[in-house]
Amino acid sequence: MSSTPTREVARRVFAREFNDASYTFKESDDDRAPVYVLLPTGQRANRVFVVGTLTETEDVGEDSEYWQGRVVDPNGDTFFMYAGQYQPDAASMLRDLEPPAYVAVVGKPRTYETDEGDVNVSVRPESISQVDEATRDRWVVETAERTLERVQRFTEAEEATADEYVSMAREEYGDDVDAYRRAAVGALESLQDEQAEASAD
Amino acid sequence: MTESDLRTDAVEIHEQFSDQLDIEVEDVVSRLETLVDDYQVPLTEARRSVVNTYLDEAGMDREQLGGGGGGNDQVQVSDVDAPEEWVDMRVTVVELWEPRADAVAQVGLLGDETGTIKFTKWSKSDLPELEEGTSYALRNVVTDEYQGQFSVKLNRTTVIEELDEEIEVGDDSVEVEGALVDIQSGSGLIKRCPEEDCTRVLQNGRCSEHGEVEGEFDLRIKGVLDDGEEVSEVIFDEDATTELTGITLEEGKEMAMDALDTTVVADEMRQKILGRYYRVTGPTFRRYVLADDQERLTGPVDAERALIKARSI
Repeated sequence: MSSTPTREVARRVFAREFNDASYTFKESDDDRAPVYVLLPTGQRANRVFVVGTLTETEDVGEDSEYWQGRVVDPNGDTFFMYAGQYQPDAASMLRDLEPPAYVAVVGKPRTYETDEGDVNVSVRPESISQVDEATRDRWVVETAERTLERVQRFTEAEEATADEYVSMAREEYGDDVDAYRRAAVGALESLQDEQAEASAD
Repeated sequence: MTESDLRTDAVEIHEQFSDQLDIEVEDVVSRLETLVDDYQVPLTEARRSVVNTYLDEAGMDREQLGGGGGGNDQVQVSDVDAPEEWVDMRVTVVELWEPRADAVAQVGLLGDETGTIKFTKWSKSDLPELEEGTSYALRNVVTDEYQGQFSVKLNRTTVIEELDEEIEVGDDSVEVEGALVDIQSGSGLIKRCPEEDCTRVLQNGRCSEHGEVEGEFDLRIKGVLDDGEEVSEVIFDEDATTELTGITLEEGKEMAMDALDTTVVADEMRQKILGRYYRVTGPTFRRYVLADDQERLTGPVDAERALIKARSI
């Protein structure tokens, strides 16, 4: 199935940044070329890996089952995921899981434009599995580290020598990425608070 | 960060030439800075260029260049990750190959616990013969790189000392870690061809070499570890799969028998391991890492280090 050596990396991103990643593009004209969303910190993403709290599941389908899942990160920001008949494993996980639960989700970023002209970003899950808190905590720190690396690369890059995706992100979203640095700080602080509470118990 | 790397390099270069040339560390720093800052040359290349300049000034050959006053770093094979470094090693000669050129006295493979590396010994260096299977301490060898492959060169300043002890040679095992983001088809309870020396995995009861055969059950996982920067494909054999999932071959067969379907085994495994973080070590085969040893990463994580970085940006 996905056993090609060019398998796309699953990017680590908090919901605040992911939901802002409304710009999509392809690297070639081929119909089957992968679609990327452009993260505002200047990296392309064709796949993401998210671990968070599943807070709600709902069948929003009209004719056939179409499951929506809300997965919340430590900042309280929400990843939206949608799974229907073409994602049977993920759909049945959303049908069966009882929120709240920690879940790990591997999936593809998808965007759609609303009637009002806003672009919504969501995840089309390839797999969903229930995990423990240790896995969630590791994801939070890892995602903060990856985000900070991107923010640093973005802010330090000179105009002329900037990475092509950093330049593209500046063009599409502007120069201010501090909100994403703050999202990383916020997530880490809330993790520390949890750890402090746990050790006080 | 680059600033202090540059200074470290400058101090090393200064040491290498302090006996021959009257130069200050600051001179070296400023030469490196010119190349790195004004000409956007990578530091390794800048270093090479500056060393060449000083070699010319001192009328020295590159081979006469020692590792400075304090001796070289003692390194292991897997530590070699940059060209043009002067190092000391304790190794066993694993193999000797036929030299293809007169300029080469000996060529072959050296190894230690961490793996193996190619070596070349020049004829003009006039060094004693190395023997296959013997362990040596080598002082003053230079690292080199060709198309991403590292090697070491023995030169006329190299000191070769035979060791009484035997340096054990390990395989080239790698360590990868990340979240397990996919379990590929061909995982779980599989059947292999029973023909002698053929262990091909059957597709719908057929071996691509021997046709329809009565297969033998086996457990295997072909998984993908992803750390957000790179993906690694890992193969877990029966023992590793059982350790990872808690499912034995017998249990897998029972599960499949009850469900009249072998795919339930992989489904069950997915629920147990997908989305968790693992560290795996083992040798590589084609694009796969063959898991010798695996560990689930569950320990406490350090938010503090990332926070300090976050606040410093």
